[in-house]
Amino acid sequence: MSVDFLTTRFGADRFTTSKFRDNTRVHLAPEKLIEFLTALKNDAGYDMLAELTAVDYLHYPNATDRFGVLYGLSNTTTGERLWVKVMLNDPDPSIESVYPLWKGADWLEREVYDMFGIVFEGHPDLRRILLPDEFVAHPLRKDYPLRGRGERHNFPVLTRAEG
Amino acid sequence: MAVKFPDFIISKLDFLANQVRAHSLWPMPFATACCGIELMATASSRYDISRFGSEAMRFTPRQCDVMIVAGRVVMKMVPVMQRIWQQMPEPKWCISMGACASSGGVFDTYAVVQGIDRFIPVDVYVPGCPPRPEQLIRAVLDLQEKIKSGGTIDGRDFTARSKFEGPLKLVGDGNPAETMTVPGDYTTATRLQN
Amino acid sequence: MPLTATAPYPVDEAEDASDKEYLYTLNFGPQHPATHTTLRLVLTLDGETIVKAVPHIGYLHSGFEKLGEDLDYNQYVTVVDRMNYISPIYNEVAWFNTVEKLMGIDLTPRCKYIRTIIGELARISDHLLCVGAAALDLGGITAFLYAFNLRERIYNIFETMAGQRFHPSYLRVGGLMIDVSESWIDQIRQFIPEFQKVHADVCRLLNRNRIFIDRTKGIGVLSKEEAINRGATGPVARASGVVRDVRKDEPYLAYKDFDFQVICSRGGDCLSRFTVRMEEMRESIKIVHQAVENLPAGGVNIDVDERITIPDKTATYRSIEGLIQHFELHMWNRRWTPPIEELYSAVEAPNGELGFYVVSDGEGKPYRARTRPPSFIHFAMFPLLVEGHQISDVPAVLGSLNIIAAELDR
Repeated sequence: MSVDFLTTRFGADRFTTSKFRDNTRVHLAPEKLIEFLTALKNDAGYDMLAELTAVDYLHYPNATDRFGVLYGLSNTTTGERLWVKVMLNDPDPSIESVYPLWKGADWLEREVYDMFGIVFEGHPDLRRILLPDEFVAHPLRKDYPLRGRGERHNFPVLTRAEG
Repeated sequence: MAVKFPDFIISKLDFLANQVRAHSLWPMPFATACCGIELMATASSRYDISRFGSEAMRFTPRQCDVMIVAGRVVMKMVPVMQRIWQQMPEPKWCISMGACASSGGVFDTYAVVQGIDRFIPVDVYVPGCPPRPEQLIRAVLDLQEKIKSGGTIDGRDFTARSKFEGPLKLVGDGNPAETMTVPGDYTTATRLQN
Repeated sequence: MPLTATAPYPVDEAEDASDKEYLYTLNFGPQHPATHTTLRLVLTLDGETIVKAVPHIGYLHSGFEKLGEDLDYNQYVTVVDRMNYISPIYNEVAWFNTVEKLMGIDLTPRCKYIRTIIGELARISDHLLCVGAAALDLGGITAFLYAFNLRERIYNIFETMAGQRFHPSYLRVGGLMIDVSESWIDQIRQFIPEFQKVHADVCRLLNRNRIFIDRTKGIGVLSKEEAINRGATGPVARASGVVRDVRKDEPYLAYKDFDFQVICSRGGDCLSRFTVRMEEMRESIKIVHQAVENLPAGGVNIDVDERITIPDKTATYRSIEGLIQHFELHMWNRRWTPPIEELYSAVEAPNGELGFYVVSDGEGKPYRARTRPPSFIHFAMFPLLVEGHQISDVPAVLGSLNIIAAELDR
């Protein structure tokens, strides 16, 4: 139903869709994101942003772009869900922030920046949220090792005599 | 002690100090994660830890004797933990509760410190994920025995511990190329690719 | 890596002006008396009134999502347990909801009923701790001790079934670790009247308690539009008037078979959230009662021929098919072959909508396992709720939002 809404509003050639089990997904180009999300929020009734996350497709079979940013929308009155997916690439992956539409995107975007290094333009305060500010890498990228590069043990030691 | 007492008086004073300190260990609950809930359960009515002297769980380090580090400590929290340890007045002890505080536990990741004894001197370790309240009470009793067998009234035993007591440097510690990997190229072994 | 002294967010030049010197910055540090573990607030105060509150999190960030790419679908259940650590079973239910939907598995009726029962017991356990900790932070230690004593009964039930008080890691792909016994059912039947009594006691202690009501009524008001805009779900949203419960809207497990109500309120303040949680416990015990009386017979794991569940030990040791299946599911180059797709699925966890977004590349390990953490999204609303209130309202609001640090930071 939401796919029909988007088709009538924007024309079927500006986006593609896919469906798996009960997830309906809409694939967009990054430039059209804000336009589509504004229409979905204001006119199609998707008033809650349930989830905002990213996936690094570096080792994925048959992957064309590196990063996918995913927006999970839900309609609180009818209970429908819709997923919007945007693909970004290295170097300097960046996309517009949806903070003006949903205030809940604030911390979700900060976390995506922290973990993947994707910059959200227009975000009021894009800083690291989960890791210390001095951390340099972006850990959820596939080229960062699970056990880190020695950051976790880089601290002074206190012995019993020093107290 | 500034005045030189005869040894038999010092040993009597040590004994008295140990009895008093061991039986009123007030914990500083440094509860970070799931072990914090078991710590709260130990302090609740079923497994009451105040039977053993730990009556008041004060959240200010200035009034506590033993710091119970319950839960995983991540690298962002290590300076906080060290600062709280330094704020506690002597004599003080440390119980490392749970697998994550003792050795990193389930979480061998970029963010979790693999054992707080790398940065803080620990007296008693409690294994478990999370340890049952009875195990924590056993740890408190062990600490009481440790204090009664080796404690001193002026803290001579603490100043003697100036060496690092944590884990020795392991080969390949933190080096991702030398950590354990599965043998061979497992994507092509036995399973047919279609 | 030292702690930063003052918060730069949001950058506000006016604060450095000389006429704002009366503002006092207080660090409600990662180690603090309120029982909600490691989170840090930098409060800017005007006397006792909070002008600005800046939360800093990440003091428990352990790399759960990175671990999800290293452990397989059955091993990750041990890690998922440790997210919302006061109702661990529900995290397992959420994880396997997504994984089984991804693989296209339908469970046996008995397994669905058992998962529903332990899920609702976990919900009761979570709400008890939330209410108890909220009371403890406001000074009512008796309610905390009553709640914890009742949670010990729930721990007994979990221990009978899985061997561990909490973090049982009891669920597996396609079924459970082991079937339940008759004594487990008897324990639950004994638990139900005990629960009614303790619930009535806690109600008597807190519902008409002048101090509790004064400290929570009108504090931390969240309006319905703000709740929806900021993504609030679960009791926090239902207390503000958002009528949404994933158990009713998108039923999973056996919730379709039971008669229960969704509790909502219109107030949006701390007292409404507390009341919603207390009443939700009553609905949960109704579900447990109905499920235990109607528990279907049969097996708990789906058919062994489908090569998805681990066979039990007699089959492993005595039949070649069982041995082969055990081997297939444990060796690191075999395991499952889910479709190469991505899927999101959510359940109604005690804290809110807990969803997992799993990207699979056809192997036995997830390619990406993302958690949609309700505590993270609720804590982002904290500055909105507490600004303008006094500093003693901070534990009241924190307690009502039920922030679990492990889910917040993952």
